[in-house]
Amino acid sequence: MSLTFLLLGIALLSALSFVFGRQRAIALSGGRYSNLHSLPVHYGTYTALWCGLPALALLFVWYALQGSVVQALIISDLPADITSDPGKLSLALNAISLIAADNAAHLDVAPEVVEAGQRLATLHTISNIALIVVLLSVALLGLALSYRRIFADMRARNNVERIVRYLMIGCSAIAILSTLGIVFSLLFEALHFFSKISPVDFLFGLEWSPQTAIRADQVASEGAFGMIPLFAGTLLITFIAMLVAVPVGLFSAIYMGEYASSTFRAWAKPALEILAGVPTVVYGFFAALTVAPFLRDSGAVLGLSVSSESALAAGLVMGIMIIPFVSSLSDDVMSQVPQALRDGSYGLGATKSETIRLVIFPAALPGIVGAILLAVSRAIGETMIVVMAAGLAANLTANPLNAVTTVTVQIVTLLVGDQEFDSAKTLSAFALGLVLFLVTLGLNVFALKVVQKYREKYD
Amino acid sequence: MAVVTADAMTNASQTRGKSKMAARDLNLFYSDNQALYDVNLDVVEREVTALIGPSGCGKSTFLRCLNRMNDTIDGVTINGKVTLDDRDIYDKSIDVVQLRARIGMVFQKPNPFPKSIFDNVAYGPRIHGLVNSRDELDEIVMTSLEKAGLLKEVKDRLSAPATGLSGGQQQRLCIARAVAVSPEVILMDEPCSALDPIATAKVEELIDELRSNYTIVIVTHSMQQAARVSQRTAFFHLGKLVEVGETDQIFTNPRDERTKGYITGRFG
Repeated sequence: MSLTFLLLGIALLSALSFVFGRQRAIALSGGRYSNLHSLPVHYGTYTALWCGLPALALLFVWYALQGSVVQALIISDLPADITSDPGKLSLALNAISLIAADNAAHLDVAPEVVEAGQRLATLHTISNIALIVVLLSVALLGLALSYRRIFADMRARNNVERIVRYLMIGCSAIAILSTLGIVFSLLFEALHFFSKISPVDFLFGLEWSPQTAIRADQVASEGAFGMIPLFAGTLLITFIAMLVAVPVGLFSAIYMGEYASSTFRAWAKPALEILAGVPTVVYGFFAALTVAPFLRDSGAVLGLSVSSESALAAGLVMGIMIIPFVSSLSDDVMSQVPQALRDGSYGLGATKSETIRLVIFPAALPGIVGAILLAVSRAIGETMIVVMAAGLAANLTANPLNAVTTVTVQIVTLLVGDQEFDSAKTLSAFALGLVLFLVTLGLNVFALKVVQKYREKYD
Repeated sequence: MAVVTADAMTNASQTRGKSKMAARDLNLFYSDNQALYDVNLDVVEREVTALIGPSGCGKSTFLRCLNRMNDTIDGVTINGKVTLDDRDIYDKSIDVVQLRARIGMVFQKPNPFPKSIFDNVAYGPRIHGLVNSRDELDEIVMTSLEKAGLLKEVKDRLSAPATGLSGGQQQRLCIARAVAVSPEVILMDEPCSALDPIATAKVEELIDELRSNYTIVIVTHSMQQAARVSQRTAFFHLGKLVEVGETDQIFTNPRDERTKGYITGRFG
């Protein structure tokens, strides 16, 4: 019995419960809904929720526990010489599940294992049938209990709202818990990495060359895991990007918000925001195929040697990508400056630019700083453009014409392809990810604090 | 004088003082809606002129015509004439920025800039280059605060943020800010509507003092306030100037039925 059918079944039962609950409420009302505490639809929803939710919850718990319970049962029946050795046990369990799936004709295994495999198949069947029976009874029980509780003065409306509130709490819990899960998985892998490479070498090392031997018989370099060149590259590209994005974004925000006529604004603003909708991979090949060669050629004309994958190309294009981010955020912040302040300034005989420079901009400055910080954290975390345009060479340089590499680029290259999962090389990606996460998190928190503080001032 | 025409009032005012500002056949449209109809009004120098009338009657709109604040609103068209010292302020040769420096404005809600108290008052003098040295600036700020009756309360915390002042203090700061530019006329748009009675009394007192140096036009919803602070009162109704005259006369012996109805509280 597949999950889809079970879910469909639960949905169907809930729908039926809805109809029953509603009908009973209508019957109780004697034709006048005002005799009821709540509307009939609330009673229907109430029974539907009581029928469907417990069954759903049970279904998920069942699926979560089924595997480990069944496995424990199988293991308890295996002979001790298999269970005592973890390696053997895992092989045997593999074989057992293959046999259970009727997919093991070519396997040559002990008769106990074959037997266990057949037993596993039976257990699965039993479990599935039991699941259907239990689900059905839970759903019907929920329906019956809630149906019996329907009286004219039962507060179905309030009850439904309470249940819905718990549902919403559940949804936000999912979002928060998955963030926590990601952070912890990063953290544990990073700790694993730090048990191989000292954190001091990682945080302050000036050399990055993660090529280590994959097998013991390979000849390869020792591997150096100093993240400074990567962060220097990231910061260089981010800096170039902000040099482009901040002035352009800010001035376009000022123009859009303060000078542009409403008709121009009506089409120019969405047009600017289209920039934000361009997939970053498109920016990536724009940078790699158009901007970088152009920079190299114009560099050659001027007698400069520009590498074909340069920090400048990646930074410029990333800056363009971030323009709408800066401009729409700062536009929001500046349009929140109350009209009364503008009037006050105009009333004193200030010109438009004086008003913007001396009143609106300072008043909006904290918010604008917040917007820029958010943009910075976006630039630091940006991957696709730098993967395509910045290069792989971990040069520690401040020259934007050289190729540099970034944290995100290295994470991508470390994890792409066949890798041994517990080598320092692979694990270093998690350490990099953790540091990157901490930096952007810090920036975001700081930026949001700044923005918030500013918001309070006019509320 | 059974029917009061604008001309008649102009003549009457000439006996008392010079007309500082005047509106002639002023019509104003917000897009297609007409908000003012043929308004003719004189503002006499060194007097307080109160504009009263029910909400939406156009008195604030008219006030904002006097320093061209309506320019900042999209879709406003104006015809007719507004003069300051007999020069049309809507003439192309007029620099609206300089005009607003000559005609200051105080708004309904206190709107100090989110800067220090000092910087708020210094704002106008700085942008108009009225001072050449820090000492001169200090001088202007101090005298302006003094004129606005605020100096005693704030002199120890001039660098504190203006937004930390109470509502009444903020409004007097806005008056000081307007005064610092040495305007000839000060327009006040319901300056006390956001203030408590004590702060209101202080601002009213201040208006009375300012009258000796400035020409003041004040929009107010409170007829008591108009009676207390103004020498002349103009009553607006549905975008038309119904009646204008000496405050005493308007409140004791209005000539128009509508004015009478409004001041006796029968509508409005």
